[in-house]
Amino acid sequence: MIKFGYAPVVSRTLDLDSSDFSLRDELIREVPSYKKCIGCGGCTSTCSAHQHTEFSILRCNMLFRRGKYDVLEKELDKCMLCGKCLLVCPRNVNTRDMIIKMRLLVQHKNKKQ
Amino acid sequence: MDTTMYNPFVMPFAFGVVILFLNLIISFVTWLYNLSKTQRKQVGRHIISWRTLAAIWECLRECLLHRNIFKRNPVLGYMHCSLAFGWSLLIIVGKFEASTYSGSFFTNPWLAIFFRYFEDPSRIFPHKELFTFLMDFLLAVVLSGLLLAVIKRFYSRLMGLKKATRHTPSDRIALISLWCIFPLRLVAESLVAGYRNNGGFLTQSLGNLLAPFNLPIDPIWWAYSIALCLFFIFMPFTRYMHIFTEILLIFLRKWGVVEEDKKTGYTDVELAACSRCGICIDVCPLNTAAKINDTQSVYFIRDIRDNVISHRIINDCLLCNRCVEACPVGIKSTKIRQIYREKKSFENKQYYDYLNPAATGSTTSGNKSPKVLYFAGCMSHLTPGIIDSMKKIFKAAGEDFVFVDEDKNICCGRPLRQQGFLDQANTLMAKNVQLFNSYNAEILVTSCPICYNSFKTEYKDLNIKVMHHTQYINMLIEEGRLQVNHSDKTFAYHDPCEISREENRIFEEPRNILRAAGTLLPLTNEKADALCCGSSLGNTVLSTEQIEDIRNQAMDVLTKDNPDYIVTSCPLCKKTFKKGLRNGPEVKDIAEIIIMG
Ligand code: SF4
Ligand code: SF4
Ligand code: SF4
Ligand code: SF4
Repeated sequence: MIKFGYAPVVSRTLDLDSSDFSLRDELIREVPSYKKCIGCGGCTSTCSAHQHTEFSILRCNMLFRRGKYDVLEKELDKCMLCGKCLLVCPRNVNTRDMIIKMRLLVQHKNKKQ
Repeated sequence: MDTTMYNPFVMPFAFGVVILFLNLIISFVTWLYNLSKTQRKQVGRHIISWRTLAAIWECLRECLLHRNIFKRNPVLGYMHCSLAFGWSLLIIVGKFEASTYSGSFFTNPWLAIFFRYFEDPSRIFPHKELFTFLMDFLLAVVLSGLLLAVIKRFYSRLMGLKKATRHTPSDRIALISLWCIFPLRLVAESLVAGYRNNGGFLTQSLGNLLAPFNLPIDPIWWAYSIALCLFFIFMPFTRYMHIFTEILLIFLRKWGVVEEDKKTGYTDVELAACSRCGICIDVCPLNTAAKINDTQSVYFIRDIRDNVISHRIINDCLLCNRCVEACPVGIKSTKIRQIYREKKSFENKQYYDYLNPAATGSTTSGNKSPKVLYFAGCMSHLTPGIIDSMKKIFKAAGEDFVFVDEDKNICCGRPLRQQGFLDQANTLMAKNVQLFNSYNAEILVTSCPICYNSFKTEYKDLNIKVMHHTQYINMLIEEGRLQVNHSDKTFAYHDPCEISREENRIFEEPRNILRAAGTLLPLTNEKADALCCGSSLGNTVLSTEQIEDIRNQAMDVLTKDNPDYIVTSCPLCKKTFKKGLRNGPEVKDIAEIIIMG
């Protein structure tokens, strides 16, 4: 068969019913600036960890928002807490605190299950 | 008169003393038992050495005379000194008086405390008048200190402190009994003097005044004894425990014991040695600029001791070390905070397994044995001006260097350690050591004070000389390898926290450089007393507004004399000030100043 470089896409639906949103409110309470993120990606473009590997706060935010805590735990461990993201964020999101708190919340949650 | 030299009122006192000593023995033994292995080794190695003598000397100076408090605040110093030194002399001189009186050193232990009551005024003993005078004089000294303490409780501004420290119920009992002890002693001795004429200038005069009222003597002596008893019993559970703990702390410190990553018996000693003098409150930028006044060392330590410590208090601290610099007891409260921030690590985690030091490093140089390694650090990568200037400086000096984290930098690990992620920090450290060791270099130069502090104090197996870029540039100038043009510009230099306190005190090098390049303005807060820029990575919980308040406070100091440039040597401080200064002087790193000139 001739390959045209593309193929039928496997359906990637997001099953919100299987997601778990329990930690969101807690994070918003702890790190109110979390809500201010506009997803510009500035943090990721400067990120020290991102230079070495696929890692993006943006993606972590998304995973957290969607309640994908199992994937998130491994992901968050990649951050070095260096603080570069903090300085470039145009919305003054307290990124480091957000990552630390996400890390703790998610670890706690995953351990309980 | 009373030749048996016993009266039931001595019992509360005796009981209190026994309980106090039992308590002290239990605490001291527990603390020493809880020292880590390395700490115990330190003690073993140095216990028989000159260090022990030095410790004794320091105990006299600090625990009794409170020299450090004197230096900060003479009135507060006099208060502590008169209470501590005066009281201990009262005990010592009293003991000599009682021993001389009874002709034996091993008299009833309470005789010295209740001497006037048991003294037979007709009995003559050597230096009787001198003793009587001394005892009254010392009592007067202690009472004057006490008066200051009472005034301080109500008018703390007098001592230059904006806020007196808060108290718990047991603190209050101990405080009130302490306040009662000496006035009661004065009245008790005066009453006796009124009847028997055996008082000194103070007690006799008061005694003569009281004599006409024919007051009963014994109840006051009972009250005096009970006040002592209450104080002794409650003391170990209050801040007054610092009186004895500070002695132990001084010895342990002189023997080379230091705080470790995890909690040890030494941590407990440090916690118990805080006298709640409150000196740390007024030096804290969180208090002076951001109006946060429940998280300073004194409150942090108190909350731990009262078992009510909260996450916010633990985390709401810049780790700027201004309080540690000021603390007269020398408590390393920021290290303790880091200990309390420790986060659980999970087993079998491969932290940062994506990092490959071999793939990191310079893309432009294959040189494996340069003289100098330049490590910019994460933050410098956000300030390309610093990196460019450093490259130009290396070039101008003809230095043989490799820019070791030009491409794909690895964080030094200190930000993680500050937040209590120990395993993670250690992993990064190991990766960096591996990176540095893959070269054969003599000097590691970094333009980030955070990295510098980390390399200097946290990296244990680094076999290379570490220099901050201010030190390095100064060295180049001194060696004549770098020419600096003197200009008519004026500079205000901001000392970054990480290199201006504790063991890292890089003060002269940046100043030498700036004096060579122009005119350096004196500031109200500089060197170890410099203010924090507010952006410290040590604090993750401040809001943007609070950070700005702290930054503005530091900037006020720097802009006061309208310098042409605010100069700093930390990329993080530079970024912070840059954000704050819309118009006015320009902010530059010291390396940029050199290149500019
Ligand atoms: S703190 Fe973490 S997320 Fe932010 S830049 Fe550094 S490594 Fe990236
Ligand atoms: S830089 Fe700030 S606003 Fe932009 S994606 Fe990152 S956290 Fe969100
Ligand atoms: S930590 Fe030091 S400065 Fe602060 S109250 Fe305690 S002894 Fe005083
Ligand atoms: S380290 Fe700095 S911010 Fe923290 S309590 Fe001490 S003075 Fe305040």
